[in-house]
Amino acid sequence: MNCRSEVLEVSVEGRQVDEAMLALLHTILLHRSTGKFHYKKEGTYSIGTVGTQDIDCDFIDFTFVRVSSEELDRAIRKAVGEFKEALSNSGSDGMGQISLEFYQKKKSRWPFSDECIPWEVWSIKVNVVNLANEQERQICREKVGEKLGEKVINIVEVISRHEYLPKMPTQSEVDNVFDTSLKDVQPYLYKITYQITDSLGTSVSTTMRRLIKDTLAL
Amino acid sequence: MDNDLSPQDKKDLDKFIKFFALKTVQVIVQARLGEKICSSSSSSPTGSDWFNLAIKDIPEVTHEAKKALAGQLPGIGRSMCVEISLKTSEGDSMELETWCLEMNEKCDKDIKVSYTVYNRLSLLLKSLLAITRVTPAYKLSRKQGHDYVILYRIYFGEVQLAGLGEGFQTVRVGLVGTPTGTITLSCAYRTNLAFMSTRQFERTGPIMGIIIDHFVERPFPNTGHMHACDYRATGEEDGVGYPGVEDSQEVCTTSFSTSPPTQLCSSRLSYQPPMPGAADLCYPAALNSTNPHQAEHGRVSSCPPADPGHHLSGSPSTGEDAETLSRSGEAKTACRPEALETTFTRKVGAFVNKPSTQVTTTGLDLPFAAFAPRALNSEENDPMVHPPESPTTASPLHGSLHSQDSVDSAGQTQDDFVMVDFKPAFSKDDLLPMDLGTFYREFQNPPQLSSLSIDVSAQSMAEDLDSLPEKLAIYEKNIDEFDAFVDTLQ
Repeated sequence: MNCRSEVLEVSVEGRQVDEAMLALLHTILLHRSTGKFHYKKEGTYSIGTVGTQDIDCDFIDFTFVRVSSEELDRAIRKAVGEFKEALSNSGSDGMGQISLEFYQKKKSRWPFSDECIPWEVWSIKVNVVNLANEQERQICREKVGEKLGEKVINIVEVISRHEYLPKMPTQSEVDNVFDTSLKDVQPYLYKITYQITDSLGTSVSTTMRRLIKDTLAL
Repeated sequence: MDNDLSPQDKKDLDKFIKFFALKTVQVIVQARLGEKICSSSSSSPTGSDWFNLAIKDIPEVTHEAKKALAGQLPGIGRSMCVEISLKTSEGDSMELETWCLEMNEKCDKDIKVSYTVYNRLSLLLKSLLAITRVTPAYKLSRKQGHDYVILYRIYFGEVQLAGLGEGFQTVRVGLVGTPTGTITLSCAYRTNLAFMSTRQFERTGPIMGIIIDHFVERPFPNTGHMHACDYRATGEEDGVGYPGVEDSQEVCTTSFSTSPPTQLCSSRLSYQPPMPGAADLCYPAALNSTNPHQAEHGRVSSCPPADPGHHLSGSPSTGEDAETLSRSGEAKTACRPEALETTFTRKVGAFVNKPSTQVTTTGLDLPFAAFAPRALNSEENDPMVHPPESPTTASPLHGSLHSQDSVDSAGQTQDDFVMVDFKPAFSKDDLLPMDLGTFYREFQNPPQLSSLSIDVSAQSMAEDLDSLPEKLAIYEKNIDEFDAFVDTLQ
């Protein structure tokens, strides 16, 4: 099957990176999370309830909605924090990309490990700008807020196309489709990776690391 | 068309559409209440949360929605619309956006009702949650309170977008195909806020906590159907009166046409209230000079966005103490950008010690704003406008702080309204009322520091020579220190 890929681009100031990434990643995950499944005897299941929360950004004039799940928020914040650190440790270029990939696991026979087949990848390209004075920062607050609004509209537009979504799994297969480790919500299986573009424009990719990690982890 | 749909499916579909419509209204109205919404996830299904989303049901809103629907369902040619509008304390109102739940004829026969349609409706509600925080009215609604309130109206039938002014934008939230048609959800929002610069909505009451309640509420045809998006208090009637924007805009236009400073002062003076402290007198006085026609919608950008400096012309001169009080009393306007407010009080200029009673303006006193990098700023920050001589600068200007954000977000296509709230150094200086140029010229050639100057007459060569042996003796004594120092340099 073809993996759907969407790219979003934002230019932000250094201190806005965290919130901008959180806003977009949470908006995507809001649409890609369901309530916890409870399977019943006859093979049917019922779904728990997903709550939502408004989050105001401190450095951007923007409010976004995320799923009410502290565990999920923590996981996303951790990934964004790593990305932010990698960005600041890189050269002064300040360009990078964080990707949120939704995948399905396909069980393989021993000795091969399970395959991870992505079905949707969201890439957010970030360009960090340095601003000279308070006036510019103020303008940036508002402009980035507007930009994020546009990105949310883009995300919603893609979601509303109702393209491929994995079939609802049976009880035995649910872990191949959903991340069932959280106690209050159930997002589709996802992983977050990032790449930092150094000043030469070549990407110092974490793909190799990821491949090895995946192969070993499963 | 319905033959293909089993009776059970048809029944389910109707039920889904009905509850979807009710939940849509809840999400929209709750997003305009002016506060952050929070609901918890629950892993055990309660069975009462439609579409697996924890969306509270405000009874009044459900009641209004059911009343509007009157037993019908949104269908082809029968749309359900939620109109969000803003109403100031003077009774002026303006439509901000209209959310439309419509159905078109494109059917998706093969789709499974109880499963796919239900899940897609759930997804659409999530999209609605996200989009309601993105349209310009969201920021306005978060700041509602004293000066204006946000109202909603639900109607059924044909979509009416005329009240949104010219150049309104549409954003589609999503669509869900069903066997009987495709449900679409979209929002048309106003972009032209020129009629009322949103800054005026953030103006706090002009005085000392006195509530002006004798303003005349102008009757509007739709007001009867309007409901406040506010469940904490009946915000509308608490409105504090203050001169409408019409006055200030009038001042704006006239004073900007010729050499501004003198014009400005004189026109401002004309709005001084006869009795300081009598804010209630001030209000009607200002109103009398209002041109009622200016209250119309579509009063356009021919008048530059109401310069906050002119707002203050209408405020009572008792402003001084009042402002501080009213600023603190502004709590009801759920002002999110507290960061902005604190920035404001801190950063008044590079070397200003701002007295607490004197309020400095933001958009007003930027003499060099015209030369600011963004040409957009020059419109609202008239470079010719000087800081007011009398400290009657009023809280409306503070309001500009908060409104800047909202206007900026709203003014996407309107260059007039990209108002930037910043305080560059030297912009306003209470101690030394001068602009940057004057300051620079004056201090360009400062006198030399006395310690650096050699006053020849005070010291003679002879004295120098006499002191030499003493100095040499000291140096010889400390010769080791000097050597050590030289070593460290190597």
